[in-house]
Amino acid sequence: MKRSQSITNKLPAVCSVALLLALWHFACRLEWVPGFMLPSPEAVLRALVGDFPLLLSHARVTLLEAAYGLLCGITVAFVAATLMDRFPVLYRALYPIIIVTQTIPTIAIAPLLVLWMGFETAPKVTLVALTTFFPITIGLLDGYGSASREAADLLRCMGASRVQIFRHLKLPAALSHFFSGLRVSASYAVVGAVVSEWLGGFEGLGVYMTRVRKAYAFDKMFAVIVFITAVSLLLMAAVALLRRLAMPWEAYEKVERKD
Amino acid sequence: MTDSILRAEHICKSYDGVPIVEDISVRLDSRELVCLLGVSGSGKTTLFHVLSGLNQPDSGRVWLRDEDITGKPGAVSYMLQKDLLLPHKKIVDNVALPLLLQGMSKKSARDKASAYFEQFGLAGTELRYPAQLSGGMRQRAALLRTYLGSQGVALLDEPFSALDALTKGEIHAWYLDVMEQIELSTLFITHDIDEAVLLSDRIYIRGGTPGLIPSELVIEPPRPRGRDFALTPQFSDYKREILRLLDM
Repeated sequence: MKRSQSITNKLPAVCSVALLLALWHFACRLEWVPGFMLPSPEAVLRALVGDFPLLLSHARVTLLEAAYGLLCGITVAFVAATLMDRFPVLYRALYPIIIVTQTIPTIAIAPLLVLWMGFETAPKVTLVALTTFFPITIGLLDGYGSASREAADLLRCMGASRVQIFRHLKLPAALSHFFSGLRVSASYAVVGAVVSEWLGGFEGLGVYMTRVRKAYAFDKMFAVIVFITAVSLLLMAAVALLRRLAMPWEAYEKVERKD
Repeated sequence: MTDSILRAEHICKSYDGVPIVEDISVRLDSRELVCLLGVSGSGKTTLFHVLSGLNQPDSGRVWLRDEDITGKPGAVSYMLQKDLLLPHKKIVDNVALPLLLQGMSKKSARDKASAYFEQFGLAGTELRYPAQLSGGMRQRAALLRTYLGSQGVALLDEPFSALDALTKGEIHAWYLDVMEQIELSTLFITHDIDEAVLLSDRIYIRGGTPGLIPSELVIEPPRPRGRDFALTPQFSDYKREILRLLDM
């Protein structure tokens, strides 16, 4: 029953996507838009299939950069958020800086990073780390804050140390917020890596994208976009799966809320 | 020295200059069930925070047996108003948490906790999450956790107030029954006069005026008292006396 319900829920989304694809198809077929400007969905699909091995080999590089960057971002976020939660002075000192870093557009700092660090992996990983650490830091801070004061009191009454309260109460309370942040960050990571590759590099989806753009191969260009979108969606699904595995109790809470 | 297991002497506590608890002394004897009954805002929860060591009193001392435990959390087991089971832990791990925090290994803490599940009416719930349990079950799990964490003394802050009347009646009967089997001296807070008379050996009653020394009422009939006790004239007499002392 649950399954059929989820299909009904998804029906509007499936329809709207199908409608959009149909519109695109007819816009090309009836030449509302000149063919050299907008390739038809079929042409994009052909390019995607034809270039698939090439895309995969570029994706390996990009995904590796994204993964390293995301790992760095998570580590920095975890350390920062935990220290900021523990020492309120640090929170007040760092919070404005963290907000400000997010108002600087990625595209503006990427060339700087390349100038400072060269064309290798370092500036790419750094850029990804910079863009991903923010949602996770904020998520963790909110999560630590959401731990109930009364539960902390209760644990103190049981003789719990500060570390034990963190381990048994605050960290688990922050998990759901952490995964919400991670979901956003996972898609940022891929986009961040691609953007940093535009500005220089030898391999990667961003590099390939620049190459096909310069060749005016619009069908291949669209194929890369579709490919990146698919990869991002897969990553987000992976995060959702990880969340279910890490927080098995959440399933029951949702059931309870629905009743 | 008396044979009191827990004594609080001349406790004073104020917040922002407003006295909440003024010169209150209470004692709890071994295996006794004592109730603190009073209108809202009479400082009962504040007193419990002091007794549990969560808050330091402005003056006065708290003694557990012969040890001064004023402002030292961890000595007395405290169950707060909500069950506060941690949603991410299975029931057995929730219940075993105080043992784990005291340094016991996860395995032996689980084993020790599991041994009580039958007695507390929780058999079969060991590996479930709190969200899967009914209110009454959760409350029993919280009580078991309180008991396992206690060194013979427990403070319960309105332990049954969140339950509906039917569940409450059921859990009262069960609680009195279980109290006979386990060695636990209990001080508990309630707003419910029936509950106080039904469960307690002694009742401290505080009216609304701060600073008023609480009156003490001993409930004579031996425990466990059946539900029929609530229908006797004696029960009504106690209630009348309590209402008079509460100044209502």
